[in-house]
Amino acid sequence: MPIPLNVLDTRRDSREERGPAVPPTEDVREQVFELEAKGEWLVQRVPDPWIGVTTKYGRIKKIPVAKTWHHKSCGQCGHIPGYSTAIFWLIRKLGLDYNDPKDQTSCTAWNYYASATSNQGAQAAVAMRNFGAAYESGYFPMIHCGTSYGHYKEVREELVHSAQLRDEVRRICDKLGKPFVMPEEIVHYSEWIYAMRDEFAKRRVLDLSSIDVTVHPACHYHKLVVEDAIYDPDVYGGQRTAVVSAVVTALGANVKDYSTWFDCCGFGFRHILVQRDFTRSFATLRKIDVMREEANPDVVLTHDTGCVTTLDQSQFAARAHKPNVGIPVMSEAQFAALAMGAHPYRVCQLHWHSTEYRPLLEKMGIDWRERWREFEDDLERLKKDDKAFLTWEDADA
Amino acid sequence: MVLQARYADVPIEEKQRLFDEVKADARFESYLYGCYECGICVAACPSARFYDFSPRKIAQAASREDLPMFYEQLNDDIWNCSQCFSCTRCPRGNNPGGLITIMREVSINNGLTSAKTALEGYGRVVYKIMSTGTQVSPDMLQPNAFPDWGPHVQEISDNLALWRRALPPDTMHTTSTAWYVDDRTLTELYLIWHMTGVLDMIKQVDTGLHMILNDVMEELLEEAGFTPE
Repeated sequence: MPIPLNVLDTRRDSREERGPAVPPTEDVREQVFELEAKGEWLVQRVPDPWIGVTTKYGRIKKIPVAKTWHHKSCGQCGHIPGYSTAIFWLIRKLGLDYNDPKDQTSCTAWNYYASATSNQGAQAAVAMRNFGAAYESGYFPMIHCGTSYGHYKEVREELVHSAQLRDEVRRICDKLGKPFVMPEEIVHYSEWIYAMRDEFAKRRVLDLSSIDVTVHPACHYHKLVVEDAIYDPDVYGGQRTAVVSAVVTALGANVKDYSTWFDCCGFGFRHILVQRDFTRSFATLRKIDVMREEANPDVVLTHDTGCVTTLDQSQFAARAHKPNVGIPVMSEAQFAALAMGAHPYRVCQLHWHSTEYRPLLEKMGIDWRERWREFEDDLERLKKDDKAFLTWEDADA
Repeated sequence: MVLQARYADVPIEEKQRLFDEVKADARFESYLYGCYECGICVAACPSARFYDFSPRKIAQAASREDLPMFYEQLNDDIWNCSQCFSCTRCPRGNNPGGLITIMREVSINNGLTSAKTALEGYGRVVYKIMSTGTQVSPDMLQPNAFPDWGPHVQEISDNLALWRRALPPDTMHTTSTAWYVDDRTLTELYLIWHMTGVLDMIKQVDTGLHMILNDVMEELLEEAGFTPE
């Protein structure tokens, strides 16, 4: 039996609008600056201009508008390349400056949570090497992956609270010739999308009023160092993270609720790679099936690598015995880009996705047949070596 | 049936030694504050729905220092965890998923057979992340590796090099890594693995992989003039 959704209204009526007057957790950012004052490390400031957003307990978090150093995601770049491409396309569409670096490594946290073949010192050193590289470039880190984001926030807390760990990692950074620097804020790309949502809405070219969306909030976004995630009283009464949902609303589509929103997607880190029977079962039975039953959405939007992968790729095998699947899945970055006229193949690269998405494109008013024909022409030109790569100019041609 | 009969042949001193390693981790204290037995963590846990697995029992065994149950969990339970951290919903502030991260590290450091079994088939991923600096690559999308993801995997595999050229960001024209990572950066990553003892951890669970990784890293480190400690 579904969980009654009106329970939220009752809760909202009976509590303070912004939760407890005094946040129940410390603000680790204050200690980050205290350590800077003691000469322990440098703090990279959020560049101007920035946008202030509210986090879980009402604190203000600074989100940089531009001059961002893009900490890319393994799964996005590797298996869902339209995810990363759509983020860059949105930034370019707003004419903002950014840096897509080649001196960035993975945070390596997917492997750490999957196999534990690493340790606290190594994980912190990987994080601080990347932060050092961003600082050297003069651009501010923006993290594409939810797991990198959550893990880096854990690493920040561990470094703040352990002089021994700081010493170990500082020694490594010295050896590498990298500055020992902590960013003022740890920023996820979906926070930037949330902060810029009205700019996207102004540039929307499609009518999305008939599109129903279910949102899957990524676990490592809102369950790791919970107080630093964005919450908004106007979105579910501030009772769940506002990123993605607020973007959908701003773009004029409809957010549909479902009872298992808090459940993870079933990714499991090691399970998605070597034990996918669990992943498939959880993704289809606890997420897709429930969404279909309770909300019947046109699309599932989420804001992390593993969630898009799991919810999308798990649906194929489930078709063999379960007809209640077949909901397309993508990131809110891809959805926003489509709404603003991005090409579904040159930019959003939907041909890398598994679940049927063409009916969604038709409902959004996108002629996918024509767009695919254009993309096939691109591929022919590449095959003939008329050009080496598809360019940003080609993407917007 | 006697409860906790499994692993009765393992000396209690060995169980104590492993538990002490877990407890000595700097994070342990902030991951465990006692347990109400309320079960909120279990209700939120994806793995509890499909495995005989309970984050509540993880917190219970750790807080009671129940060595037989701890040892059983170390061998039979921890690899079922999804590491989603839904269990951090705990009203006491416990982090059973975090305890499991520590337990897994101890399991790897001690080369437990259960760890080796759990990581069977996973070695190629460890190789990829440690040697290239990105966790998954486009060329991993092979139909024999992902038969359950549908026929588009075959299509991606057939068109991989061409489709990667059809990506506007120039860092992503790669097939064997998720994005382009320059050699200097890779060298720095290799040095991190050496200096933090991660290569020694690999040796405990997969000597073959350890040897290959060492060979791959040696050349680049030498070229850059780094001498691992």
